[in-house]
Amino acid sequence: MSPEKDPAQRVAIGISFGNSYSSIAFTTGEGKAEVIANEDGDRQIPSILSYVEGEELHGGQAKAQLVRNATNTVAYFRDFLGKEFKSIDPSPCHQSAHPVQHDSTVAFNIRDTPEEKENAVTVADITTRHLKRLRISASDYLGKHVNSAVITVPTNFSDAQKDALNKAAKAAGIEVLQFISEPVAAVLAYDARPDAKQADKIVVVADLGGTRSDVAVIASRGGIYTVLATIHDYEVSGFQLDQVLMDHFSKEFMKKHKTGGDPRENDRSLAKLKLECEAVKKALSIGSSANFSVESLAGGLDFTATINRSRYELLASKHFAAFARLVTHAVEKAQLDPLDISEVILAGGNSHTPKTASAVQNAFPESTKVLAPSTSTTAINPNELSVRGAAIQASLIQEFELEDIEQSTHPMVTVTPHLSHAVGVLCISGDESTGVFHAIVDAETPLPVRRTALIATPREGGDVLIKLCEGARHIKVTKPEPKAKQAKDDSDDDSDDESDDEEELREKTWKVGKVLSEAALRGLKKGAKVEVQINIGADLNVNCIFREVGGKGGVRGLLSGPKSQQNGSA
Amino acid sequence: MASVQVSLPLPVLPEGWAGEKDFKAIGHLSHATDRNIEPVGPHFLAHARRKRHKRTFSEDDRIQAQSNVKKVEDDDAGEISEPEDPLMLQREAKDWKNQDHYAVLGITKYRWRATEDQIKKAHRKKVLKHHPDKKAAAGQAQDDQFFKCIQKATEVLSDPVRRRQYDSVDEAADVEPPTKKETQKGNFYKLWGRVFEAEGRFSKTQPVPKLGNEKSTKEDVEHFYNFWYNFDSWRTFEYLDEDVPDDNENRDQKRHVERKNQNARRKKKTEDTARLRKLVDDALALDERIKQFRQAENAQKNKRRLEKEAEQKRLAEEAAKQKELEAKAKAEQEAADKANREVAKKAKEAAKNAAKKNKRVVRGAVKDANYFHSGGDAPASQIDAALNDVDHIILKIDNEELAALTAKLSGKKNGGEITQVFKDEVQRLVEAGKLKEGEAKSLA
Ligand SMILES: Nc1ncnc2c1ncn2[C@@H]1O[C@H](COP(=O)(O)OP(=O)(O)OP(=O)(O)O)[C@@H](O)[C@H]1O
Repeated sequence: MSPEKDPAQRVAIGISFGNSYSSIAFTTGEGKAEVIANEDGDRQIPSILSYVEGEELHGGQAKAQLVRNATNTVAYFRDFLGKEFKSIDPSPCHQSAHPVQHDSTVAFNIRDTPEEKENAVTVADITTRHLKRLRISASDYLGKHVNSAVITVPTNFSDAQKDALNKAAKAAGIEVLQFISEPVAAVLAYDARPDAKQADKIVVVADLGGTRSDVAVIASRGGIYTVLATIHDYEVSGFQLDQVLMDHFSKEFMKKHKTGGDPRENDRSLAKLKLECEAVKKALSIGSSANFSVESLAGGLDFTATINRSRYELLASKHFAAFARLVTHAVEKAQLDPLDISEVILAGGNSHTPKTASAVQNAFPESTKVLAPSTSTTAINPNELSVRGAAIQASLIQEFELEDIEQSTHPMVTVTPHLSHAVGVLCISGDESTGVFHAIVDAETPLPVRRTALIATPREGGDVLIKLCEGARHIKVTKPEPKAKQAKDDSDDDSDDESDDEEELREKTWKVGKVLSEAALRGLKKGAKVEVQINIGADLNVNCIFREVGGKGGVRGLLSGPKSQQNGSA
Repeated sequence: MASVQVSLPLPVLPEGWAGEKDFKAIGHLSHATDRNIEPVGPHFLAHARRKRHKRTFSEDDRIQAQSNVKKVEDDDAGEISEPEDPLMLQREAKDWKNQDHYAVLGITKYRWRATEDQIKKAHRKKVLKHHPDKKAAAGQAQDDQFFKCIQKATEVLSDPVRRRQYDSVDEAADVEPPTKKETQKGNFYKLWGRVFEAEGRFSKTQPVPKLGNEKSTKEDVEHFYNFWYNFDSWRTFEYLDEDVPDDNENRDQKRHVERKNQNARRKKKTEDTARLRKLVDDALALDERIKQFRQAENAQKNKRRLEKEAEQKRLAEEAAKQKELEAKAKAEQEAADKANREVAKKAKEAAKNAAKKNKRVVRGAVKDANYFHSGGDAPASQIDAALNDVDHIILKIDNEELAALTAKLSGKKNGGEITQVFKDEVQRLVEAGKLKEGEAKSLA
């Protein structure tokens, strides 16, 4: 058996493979994920290859070649893999080797040998070369021959794309144990922290990358993740933010040097401008101002300038707003409300930008925790979320046979019925005569599931009724009291839409739905607690046990699932 | 999972609640949704172990299992639905201000209604097709003009502020109001409904009330026109601004153009407000419902007037009748009174005559009683005294007593008897206090 196929000889890492950057990570003996720096010391390794007289440059060194050797530098190619030429968007490659049609696939015409001629190198080959470099960097760091990996991909990566990536990886000496989706890897990275508390919650992962942004709404139930909705956008991106700075500094440059010309209109100037602007953008994530400095930017003229963060935030404000809108759209798409979201995990490099986080925070209520470097001291580096998740997953499955992994990830295993409504009990609260619903199992919980609840009883104990129901989440909107009008009476025809400006109060409440069962517990002691255990099968049969905590006996009940599974829409 | 803690208390068991072994099944769970769980993390591994039971699944199983799964990913771009006008494809990007951004993105059927998502998807489709690299691959000239048009269109339409500026002047979304003739020939609600729907896009207040149809209530119609007469529009006209020269050039010139633009915007806004006002006036004038409501109102008014008149007539008639009745009663009363008076007069005269006669009888009786003189002819003094006394008595008594006295005296020829009658009368009068003792001495 070849080493990568034999679990005993496996050395597995996690790889995140982005259009802009890739990362590699491994899991330590203590189960901690660690991101590996390559020989240049980079943990965010540009997904770029460049060829200079037959020599292959990778990562940061290749990126530097975008200025002098753009046509032999291949960048931003991940999304071309496994696709036909007609369905790719070549836009990100504007300043590097352009993609061309090659049979039914995509290639780059580059001089990748010492010879003076251009070769058509397919995107599959480019990917293989890139992954090989990553594998070597990881192997060098670990001192072990890395031969397998878990690789993260976007949620909309098609089977054809995965297939192509799998083959490219194999050619690079990497057995792909599993592809996992980037947002789920991010959730796993957070959940794998030793101090993480497991709780049912809805998490949004919002990834503002270099060439695209991706948002996923994920139900996390008992440590199992279900993607409820996703959105992808190829306009809202780090490129746009870079562009804002490029436009700004170009104008500044032209103001200062009337003769230099527009640096955006010359390829080499543009490349320099872009590299420096990305650096400035990164610097503004930590500093309140940053320096721009490029030798011979255009027309042989050097240019230095500074910009402060608030200026940048203002210039780019519509892009931050667009990103925040994208995040709320995804929530809408999942038919949820911002109030349903417990956490927003900000991923992707641009989540380092404080304004990215604050724009998103503003789109959510205070109850929603936004996890980004600027909003949470315990946030994980947004660049590393995917790769950490991948490394953790790799450590979980590396001892399995490939066949075993494949069977475990088979739809027969993953396709699972999810509760359409929350299930819970009716309690008593002050003025509500009909009872208040309290969820025990939330909607979108995969089945089967078992949950227990401890419920308070009336002060004197005695006999209680336990009513099991379905509950529907309801957003209660309270309009603010219309402001008392200024005493003047003649202001009658004042438009009444002024009050719209005031924030309405929105709360998450429950509407009591279908009653499932009633049970009685008698003779409870003063101050007793009642334990309710609910088991719901994949067939929607419900098995429940009601008992007094510390008491004897109890009541059992059985509910059968809905009659006909056919008219599911009913 | 830690257990859920519920701090609100359970309700007390209602009196008389009963269930077999203290449990009552009532309903079933609602149907579940099939979704893919992510094969990631330690909890999934446990799930997979339980679910697999060491079974092996086939490709058929895969298809079967996935058949009902709720889709999460949208289908990719798909086909461009609108045909592309060859002339449009030859547009110059520098003329972007005059391009139809919706046509460039192939979403003319949506225009101002297009959602952000639709714009994004349309943009992506166009990019995939028209990127200059694609043209190069197809052996076409490296021409990126239309690609730049696409980028411009997206730039404008995906910025909410700039999109409104463009939508403000997107004539292709305008619906010309029908003429009077057209309206009269066609269906008012259909023809004008479209106009108002298009105009409604400029309303700050949404949703905009609908024109409705012939069945709309008066209230709705009034609300509709009130809304349009108080229309609050976000329409602006800066999209039509003349280009302001770059900041480095002549400042005065720049300021001049800016001022010109400001004035032009203001003027266009005023014109637009007037245009809309006229449009609403026209619609109102042609709206049959308004006439009908007015007619109905008039009819109502007429009805009320007629009713009022009828009532007045009825009241007048009633009053006349009453008056007549009263007059009749009065006349009858008067006649009766008159008759009574005559009867009374006659009776009075009769009584007077009777009294005269009675007096004569009484006086005659005195003579018959020989002036109350016993034996022989009565001396003159006695006659005087007797006559005086009798006159005195007559004076003191009324006609009835006189009649009674006369009755007592009638038929009596005997002087003694007559005298006695007078004496009795005197006695009665004295007792009744009408005569004093000592008066009528002749009869004492
Ligand atoms: N510290 C930082 N501050 C601000 N932006 C940063 C920072 N670090 C990286 N970025 C930006 O993040 C983007 C790269 O994001 P990421 O590392 O998630 O790439 P990726 O997953 O390859 O993205 P994609 O696939 O969308 O191109 C770039 O636009 C980069 O400029």
